[in-house]
Amino acid sequence: MKKLRNAILACAGTIAIVALALRAQTQTPPQTQTSAQSPAPAPQAPAAVAPNPLVTLGGNATIEATPAAVRQSGEDPAAVARGAAAYATAGCGSCHGATAKGTNIAPDLVRSPLVEDDTKGELIGPVLSQPHPKNGGTKPNLTDQQISDIAAWLRVQVYGAAMRDTYQYLNIVVGDPQKGEAFFNGAGKCNTCHSVTGDLAGIGSKYAPPQLQGLWISGGANARFGRGRGRGILTANGGMLADTAPPEITPSTITITVTLADGQKFTGVPVTYDDFHVAFRDMSGAYHSFDRRGEWPKVEVHNPLQPHWDLLKHLTDDEMHNVTAYLVTLK
Amino acid sequence: MKTRHIFPLILVAIVPLAILAPIAIHAQGVTESMLLNPPPDSWPTHHGDYSARRFSKLKVINDTNVQNLSLDWESRVTGGIPSNAVPGRGGAGNVRVAGSPLLVNGMLYFTANDNAWAMDARTGRIIWHWYRESTGNEPVTSNKGMGMYGNWLYLITRDNYLVSIDATSGAQRWIAPVADPKQYYFSSMAPIVIKNHVIIGTGGDSLDLSGFLQARDPETGEIQWTHYNTPRAGEPGIETWPNEYAAAHGGGGAWVQGAYDPELNLYYYGTANPNPVYAPQSRKGADLYTSSIIAINPDTGKMAWYYQASPHDTHDWDAACDTVLIDGTINGKPRKLLAQASRNGFFFVLDRTNGKKIVAVPFVDTENWTKGLDARGQPIPDPAKEPSLGGSLAWPNAGSATNWPPPSFSPQTGLFYVGEGEGYAVFYLTDTDEHPEGYAGIESALGEGPGAIKALDYRTGRVVWRHNWPAGGGAVGLLSTAGNLLFCGNGTNLIAFNARNGKILWHAGLLAGPNAPMTFMLDGRQHILVFAGDTAYNFVLNTPVRAPTAKKK
Repeated sequence: MKKLRNAILACAGTIAIVALALRAQTQTPPQTQTSAQSPAPAPQAPAAVAPNPLVTLGGNATIEATPAAVRQSGEDPAAVARGAAAYATAGCGSCHGATAKGTNIAPDLVRSPLVEDDTKGELIGPVLSQPHPKNGGTKPNLTDQQISDIAAWLRVQVYGAAMRDTYQYLNIVVGDPQKGEAFFNGAGKCNTCHSVTGDLAGIGSKYAPPQLQGLWISGGANARFGRGRGRGILTANGGMLADTAPPEITPSTITITVTLADGQKFTGVPVTYDDFHVAFRDMSGAYHSFDRRGEWPKVEVHNPLQPHWDLLKHLTDDEMHNVTAYLVTLK
Repeated sequence: MKTRHIFPLILVAIVPLAILAPIAIHAQGVTESMLLNPPPDSWPTHHGDYSARRFSKLKVINDTNVQNLSLDWESRVTGGIPSNAVPGRGGAGNVRVAGSPLLVNGMLYFTANDNAWAMDARTGRIIWHWYRESTGNEPVTSNKGMGMYGNWLYLITRDNYLVSIDATSGAQRWIAPVADPKQYYFSSMAPIVIKNHVIIGTGGDSLDLSGFLQARDPETGEIQWTHYNTPRAGEPGIETWPNEYAAAHGGGGAWVQGAYDPELNLYYYGTANPNPVYAPQSRKGADLYTSSIIAINPDTGKMAWYYQASPHDTHDWDAACDTVLIDGTINGKPRKLLAQASRNGFFFVLDRTNGKKIVAVPFVDTENWTKGLDARGQPIPDPAKEPSLGGSLAWPNAGSATNWPPPSFSPQTGLFYVGEGEGYAVFYLTDTDEHPEGYAGIESALGEGPGAIKALDYRTGRVVWRHNWPAGGGAVGLLSTAGNLLFCGNGTNLIAFNARNGKILWHAGLLAGPNAPMTFMLDGRQHILVFAGDTAYNFVLNTPVRAPTAKKK
């Protein structure tokens, strides 16, 4: 028995040693809060693909990184501007396109993994310090400063393409203002609530066309009709709950009428409205809160923007563009 | 004879080590049979089981007693502090646990971006915490969780590293790069473990990359196969692109976890939208296999079939939401089916053996972008609704109909439950070049109305019942059970519905919006567990549990 016990223990011990040895090789100390040294990534780039065959020589591309992209990218704006000039005068665009998006004879640099990985010219620099292209080309006639500037400009092109919060609208005013006016006063029934000499006077001066289009179709609130995580329909003036002043009622404020089982009726601005509670500030500013049980209290929602929501279900793009073109003229 | 002398030496050497070696209570971890047939006291893969139905057979908690559901414990987690955190500024450690945890051997395993934890399911105590700060420019992710193989956990980081972690200690075993974050790949899915494959996918559509699904070796992290979701020269589907270059930069990421049919040995998943996202001019054609549902052999990576939910998508309507496997009946015949409530507002039911369409109908109240179905039963997009200079008004918008929060199918009621929303947006083209890049457009002027929970008859898509939310709504994670219950969130409430008729039976107010609830047995009690923001809430019935009696020897 002793032999067997020893044998079993020895086996267990061997296994323990081997297991520990393996663990020692592969494990880092537990519960460390380290930012791991990232190993060099193996980019999953697609297999080598020919340059874009679509774009004709010289490229017709005009869209490039916007000033917002230059600002947000963290690159030195002066270097980026010099880089744009150097790119143009060195003739890079005749092969890579004026905005570096590639042509049928040279790759798109904006989608280039090498350019995407470049942080301060360490990858782009060596390419431009050698014969370019590698097979049969000549070394570009660029100073180190120019190479560094071109690299900065290229990085901004990548940033500007990838970061859509830097995009700029083009000219969105494509509609017919006269048709827009006819719709406003006709099929759209806009004039039943609005007046171009009253509440909408000068609206074309107040907002840039993309904002104007978004505001008028939604009715001015960009129409978050109670979406958001169900925390209820927010008060128009965003007042604190402890504020006992009468709520500010604007043309777009959603109000509710609440009727209790005992007949009491309130009107107010909702703060919470879900399947279980309704809470609001009434028109005098007092705060009320009720459980919802069965059909009580009865809650009627008055959303002045409802006609906009309903309109959008059948508004055509032509009608939308036309009305926007019309509103733009209201200076 | 010699061995007898060696044994005592070995004993002397190993005894102290044996004492120090971590006692591997959970050494067994997750086995293949557990994944194929999850025991009641487990949740061994992201959706609980491979079908992605998010339906539990447990009925200890049911429609007759759910009003007694009460809080057992809550537990809050804090994330690691990133290097750019502003000292003293709140929220640096706050995290959101977006996906359901795993539950294996009484331990919960879950993630938030850059973080992973193990938590004792009986008490809520945190056992270990792993943290690694991601790199790169893409902030937009919510990590969905982990996969498990044996005693090893797997997650994929925002900056595309597959990490393997020891489930007992939280120690990182290895970390393997999957894709370059500087190319604007990002990752968020919970890896799905199938046999000896860890299935992962990446997302990212900021710049025009090539989306793919991949299988990795669970022991070493090495690549077993890679399936690019857009074709290359000579491959079927390349004719739906102008050329290989466009396809190779055509997007189609696989950033949501899929479902698996072990009998057919097929893994099903949805792919993301094509690139450039809003600009159609450089990718005329259907753009396969973007915005598609794909069936793939997990051993070989070979595609078996596809169905394209949004051919030539120009509205960011990923089909990257859940593909739910339903064993149902169509026209009296038993059928193996797959259902998806897709981002484009359509409810699809397919034959999952061959991808043939059975149902393709809107599940939202308002959609305005289709002109009927094509010969394969796929929606035909109206070219007039493509993004334009002056703006194109489209219902739904890119995210209003539904999104990655998972739906649920109950075989008991035959109903497919989905959290949906009504919404529109104006889609503008901002890059009119022949060769646009990135998003190449702007989605703005979003309007979203209150949403609903809809219970659909899977055979037709007909709405059998709906619950309109007074406020809020949209995509929410769901769980249905054999106790005739449907659990979901609205606002900061966790709610239980009667699954058959949509009556609200119970709710609890939490501190944040809940993610998809999950359920399990533990020590004879059924638990309903949900994360809301950084806090886990564990609910049980408020009834006494019998104490065990000593077993006779």
